[in-house]
Amino acid sequence: MAVMIQAEGLAKSFGTTRALDGVDLEVEGGTVLGLLGPNGAGKTTTVRILATLLEPTTGSAQVGGHDVVRQPQQVRQLIGLTGQYAAVDESLSGTENLYMLGRLLGLDRPKARRRAAEMLERFDLADAAGRMVRTYSGGMRRRLDLAASLVGRPPVLFLDEPTTGLDPRSRNGLWAVIRELVAEGTTVLLTTQYMEEADQLADRIAVMDHGQVIAHGTSDALKAELGGQVLEVRPADPADLDRAAAVLAELTGGQASIDPDIRQISVPMPDPAWLLVAVRRLDQAGIVVVDLALRRPSLDEVFLALTGRPAEAPLVEHPQAAEETAA
Amino acid sequence: MSTNASILAGRVPGAGRGRVTPAAALRHGLIVARRNLLQVRGNPQLLMFLVVQPILFVLLFVYVFGGAISGSSRQYVQFVIPGIIVQTVVFATAITGIGLNEDLAKGIIDRFRSLPIARSAVLAGRILSDAVRLVATLGVILLVGMLLGFRITSNPLAALGGLLLVIAFGMALSWVAALIGLSVRDPETAQSAGFIWMFPLTFASSVFAPPETMPGWLQPVVEANPITLVADALRGLLLGGPALTPALQTLAWVVALTVVFAPLAIRRYRRLS
Repeated sequence: MAVMIQAEGLAKSFGTTRALDGVDLEVEGGTVLGLLGPNGAGKTTTVRILATLLEPTTGSAQVGGHDVVRQPQQVRQLIGLTGQYAAVDESLSGTENLYMLGRLLGLDRPKARRRAAEMLERFDLADAAGRMVRTYSGGMRRRLDLAASLVGRPPVLFLDEPTTGLDPRSRNGLWAVIRELVAEGTTVLLTTQYMEEADQLADRIAVMDHGQVIAHGTSDALKAELGGQVLEVRPADPADLDRAAAVLAELTGGQASIDPDIRQISVPMPDPAWLLVAVRRLDQAGIVVVDLALRRPSLDEVFLALTGRPAEAPLVEHPQAAEETAA
Repeated sequence: MSTNASILAGRVPGAGRGRVTPAAALRHGLIVARRNLLQVRGNPQLLMFLVVQPILFVLLFVYVFGGAISGSSRQYVQFVIPGIIVQTVVFATAITGIGLNEDLAKGIIDRFRSLPIARSAVLAGRILSDAVRLVATLGVILLVGMLLGFRITSNPLAALGGLLLVIAFGMALSWVAALIGLSVRDPETAQSAGFIWMFPLTFASSVFAPPETMPGWLQPVVEANPITLVADALRGLLLGGPALTPALQTLAWVVALTVVFAPLAIRRYRRLS
């Protein structure tokens, strides 16, 4: 399959801040690459460069075979872009927003109208089509923003934190649409702070921190590298916390950490089959458990494993870069 | 829609060329202008600013101040309506800057910049739509003025020339506003950055009162003020007095402002990241 997005040694400095420090990426056609990282990692900067909104200081990138710096108009023919801010016009209706974009993309009036109606239908916005976007809910706005990026039926889609701030239902709905688009052959580059989102949508994941890609691979490969999943246990009696932690640590041979605020123990669980053993051992120890869950490592845990510090550690940022990444 | 080929099939004609023809550039500018104008429908405060405020100003100055300034409201109407037209046009250009700044802040300019459209489309569309709004506002003031007794006492050609001159001045100022709008952090700053010079500049001019009635130290300021020139030119062209000198001077200002600020605004837009 052809490589649709490619970046080599991308670097970007804003004044004295290096927002990007040598990023290499490759996305095959019809697949999803997830860029995972905290605020300030350089995800948005990367997307903006690939979407021709920003020029790199050094390095090069191609989308659909066209260089983003030397052939930006050709790149723009191929891409759709949605941002964190849901860039749609609030003072216009849904239809007017999409109609305008259709016209700008060269569709004649009837075609632009039809395309607008088609996209609104597909994104379940037909009922609200004539209303001003100001009256839309957050989820509807995101859907409209996504619809707007698709008016031109672009083969390449950049989704910059598409579900940040959405409720779970809207998020799942958006995920379903994205999956459909990928099934139809669209190439997607997705940035996110949520491991779960990268997990659900991305074929491959690149983890970014401080302007560099610090790990990449499939979701399973990354999790395996990080020691698999995490077991969370909440004993009925907070007095049992230490004992339960000891039991689990002994079983897994790993570090069991206790969060006293939520009275919960987390311990890495490389082999999910140990879940049953853990339950039995806790039972044998006479510890009653109210909550027990096996879950994927969070972004924090991924980061801790990769960099030795949590993702939420404050990073010193150039004001402009901070503006770009602040949600 | 199962292969890349069919995805590409529904797309833009002329894809792959990379350069936008002038005809297409014009079309893009017009589409953006249309969108800017449609926004007024959803923005009642904009309508307030463009329509209600000028009417209030006219009423205020004619009825409240008219007698005090000119001895009679009727006399003052003839003097002040051209002045208020100029003042409204000047103030209305602030919207260019605010509008651009809002588009910038809300990510809409990002979307425009990611489209394969002419680079000039956003700015051209903004200047164009604001010209249309200026014409509309002008119409409102003339209408209200006429209801209050204002009469154009020159000839139709001169009157038309005068109104076109004011609009040209407004468009030149729009470039200044565009530069400010693209340079400041948020729409509120764009608003104050606009008004901070508009207010004193408009009041220290012949818009509301003849310069001869102002203190000696103020008169040179007023006389040098381009807004005085525009107001004088418009008065002459609408009422039939001497107009050639101020009209030519106004034109010079229009050209100077455009030649200086249009490239600056365009460059600022191009430098956006």
